[in-house]
Amino acid sequence: MATLDLAGIRKSFGPVEVLHGVDLAVRDGEMIVIVGASGCGKSTLLRIVAGLERPSGGRVVIGGRDVTALEPAERDIAMVFQNYALYPHMTVAQNMGYGLRIRGLPRAEIARRVGEAAALLGIEALLDRRPRQLSGGQRQRVAMGRAIVREPKLFLFDEPLSNLDAKLRVQMRAEIRRLQKRLGVTSLFVTHDQVEAMTLGDRLVVMHQGHAAQVATPMEVFERPADTYVAGFIGSPAMNVLAGRLAEGGRAVALAAGPVIRFADGPRPGAEGEPLTIGIRPEHLRPDPAGLPLALELVEPLGSETVLHGRLPGGEALVVKLAGAAPREGVLPIALPPEALHVFQAGSGKRLDPAPPA
Amino acid sequence: MSTTDSPGGRAGTDWLAHAVLLLGVVLFALPLWIVLMGSSHDAATIGRGEVPLLPGPHAAENYAAAWGRGPTGVPVARMLWNSTVMALCVAVGKIAISILSAYAVVFFRLPGRNLVFWSIFLTLMLPVEVRIFPTFKVVSDLGLVNTYAGLIIPIIASATATLLFRQFFLTIPDEFVEAAKMDGAGPLRFFRDVVLPLSRTNMAALFVILFVYGWNQYLWPLLVATSEDVETVVIGMVKMIGSESNTDWSLVMTTCVLALLPPVLVVLLMQRWFVKGLTETEK
Amino acid sequence: MERKTVFEGKLLPCLLVAPQLLVTILFFFWPAGQAVWFAFLRQDAFGIRTSFVGLENFQDLFADPLYLETLRNTLVFAAGVSLIALTVALLLAVMADRQIRGAGLYRILLVWPYAIAPAVAAVLWIFLFHPQIGLLGRALNEAGLPFDYKLNGTQAMLVVILAAAWKQVSYNFIFFLAGLQSIPKSVLEAAAIDGARPAYRFWTVTFPLLSPTTFFLLVVNLVYAFFETFGVIDALTKGGPARATETLIYRAYIDGRVNLDLGMSSAQSVVLMLVVILLTAVQFRFIERRVHY
Repeated sequence: MATLDLAGIRKSFGPVEVLHGVDLAVRDGEMIVIVGASGCGKSTLLRIVAGLERPSGGRVVIGGRDVTALEPAERDIAMVFQNYALYPHMTVAQNMGYGLRIRGLPRAEIARRVGEAAALLGIEALLDRRPRQLSGGQRQRVAMGRAIVREPKLFLFDEPLSNLDAKLRVQMRAEIRRLQKRLGVTSLFVTHDQVEAMTLGDRLVVMHQGHAAQVATPMEVFERPADTYVAGFIGSPAMNVLAGRLAEGGRAVALAAGPVIRFADGPRPGAEGEPLTIGIRPEHLRPDPAGLPLALELVEPLGSETVLHGRLPGGEALVVKLAGAAPREGVLPIALPPEALHVFQAGSGKRLDPAPPA
Repeated sequence: MSTTDSPGGRAGTDWLAHAVLLLGVVLFALPLWIVLMGSSHDAATIGRGEVPLLPGPHAAENYAAAWGRGPTGVPVARMLWNSTVMALCVAVGKIAISILSAYAVVFFRLPGRNLVFWSIFLTLMLPVEVRIFPTFKVVSDLGLVNTYAGLIIPIIASATATLLFRQFFLTIPDEFVEAAKMDGAGPLRFFRDVVLPLSRTNMAALFVILFVYGWNQYLWPLLVATSEDVETVVIGMVKMIGSESNTDWSLVMTTCVLALLPPVLVVLLMQRWFVKGLTETEK
Repeated sequence: MERKTVFEGKLLPCLLVAPQLLVTILFFFWPAGQAVWFAFLRQDAFGIRTSFVGLENFQDLFADPLYLETLRNTLVFAAGVSLIALTVALLLAVMADRQIRGAGLYRILLVWPYAIAPAVAAVLWIFLFHPQIGLLGRALNEAGLPFDYKLNGTQAMLVVILAAAWKQVSYNFIFFLAGLQSIPKSVLEAAAIDGARPAYRFWTVTFPLLSPTTFFLLVVNLVYAFFETFGVIDALTKGGPARATETLIYRAYIDGRVNLDLGMSSAQSVVLMLVVILLTAVQFRFIERRVHY
């Protein structure tokens, strides 16, 4: 068990810098999910922690020990790979015990640890099988078992659920979370799936173009996204964005679509008329006879809820999620509740919070 | 099962397929059958041109004679031994040096790796036959004429097998290497514990191909193995025909059977790997 | 193509490639280089002085009507061997690809000749075509058709072509069968639903899809006929009668071994090298194009 500290991690492949200085402090026993679209640098970051890539700059510190220059095997970590990387010619037990065998542990000790991990994962019956005789979920468990037997300071997960079908993914997700809590091992989990990120992580690192766009708890990321990228990435359907300008001396926004809406949480700093991006989640919009007329283009009934796609008079697209059934066509007046607005600077996309009271 | 043909049409075409295939089998087998039967008759019968198609009474004495003394004085047993040594050494030697160099090329950032690769690639192009005399000169300068080493090593000097292993190694997932690094397995350990076991099928296929290749060499042994000590059975057999008039044809047949049996057996016994290896990897 | 993850270290990989590199340089590059070098040299009649003669060996070679005839022989031989070996193999493979009883057994019975040495194949065919002791040769002569491949050049060429092709059918058969089995069944079913009769289906769907295999095999068969058939010719005809079956590789051997003319023999080796390099280049060009499909 250990903490993990990343300080100013940079990585260049030739002339291309893919990580521009990432800082992260992981507490003991914490589960951190690194999430982002493909190409954002999340896998590279994980591989740097693992020691499979050398960073171009910065330090990796595990449990207070600087491991930046150490080989993967010397870092006291374990990794679960996307395709599991189980050796096809070894049995489950041999696969799980291979790392221990290399470390020269006595046979009895290896057998004990493998047995314990197998019991923990419910795969005792599979120990003599070979990987090709296992289902996807069973392979996943073996890959977990291989990590567990090493009793590492740090677990690294590289999109371990992406090869499973949807149903199994949900099940294994819960299982990984349960196991991680029970073992209390500090963990880094990389995924591109926001649901996986939200459900698994104590905290999320949302990566965007080689930066950590936001590091926060799932609910914080959802409720107070740090910029328009995070706002659009987390939540489904994605957050609506509307153009507007700062009005009434910072106390309101004048939407391009027409209405002027007063901020519920206080005035924003900035010049009158400064361009803003206003975000609002589809589920926070609601029908209101006094609202903006939304011309419906597509209605997706999902049973317990309905997703409506439409356009505002100015032509801006808007997605609305309503509970239960909804009209199939026509024009629906929609209200934008002031308390649900997210305010971002139009240029940088950064979140714009109310100015502290003077 | 083909679902697109009508039952009547299928029976008709099946009959045709059987006929064509049987004809092919017979065409392939006929020369072998003649030699096999001929080897059980005495020389006079063959010499009269009777071409027996049924077994005769002299099989035991023909094989015993060939095995022990051989028509040209060199016992066929000795030739078979030489051929076996050559075929085994070519197969094992080539697999060994190829798998090692392919491993180095694929799993390391070897300095000058591209140069190594392309020079290896070049060797694919030139069969031993086209560089035969200069190669002979090298072997002769090294004093290796009429030795097993001189017979075998120049045959090993090409890179087909290296390329096959390289191709196969490139299909080994990166994650295996990464997992090995996590586990603390060094390159040699990874080679022994993971790469070698995974290469078993490829090695078996190559073994068949190279064994046959080594056993069947003709031009090179003709040049470099002129002494009876290292004469191979294929060369020895052709030499027996040398002078038409007093050729002992039944012994030629006997030797012919002995010369073709080992590689045929290797191919038949290892047919599964051989076919897979040949079509999936060769060239 | 490269791996993402590799092992560190310089010494170990160098040690690992060393055996191969050593053998290849010593017994491949050095002799091949010498072959090229010798091709530009000529020894005097006593073998004492060697002088650089530029392209003279090549000029002499192509001015020699005998060499040109050898070239012609080689082309006839190679074309004959490839055509027969490919056609027969394709026919057998198409039949063996059907879902008939005993397909596995047929396969075994058609694959074994792969293991036969060219020289052994030649000896087997002696017992078929020898005018006195061969099954067919004797029968032909008794039926009043004079047949002796040791006297008649055309007959000799026919026999060496048959013997060389016979041995190569198995190899082609294996590849054709694998090629046929890799054609998706759905494509053939679609053609059947379109109403194509089996024969038409074969020529419009199966054969075009098989063309990469066919092309690959054509090159392999040509290389085989050019070089590896030395044993067939040496055991059956020794290039005779009257050079009727002398191919390029056999001639190069005679010039080097019997006539001890290293310069001319090397010039011939160089010509042969160019032939192989050309064939291989064509093949790789073609394969590369296939990749872009």
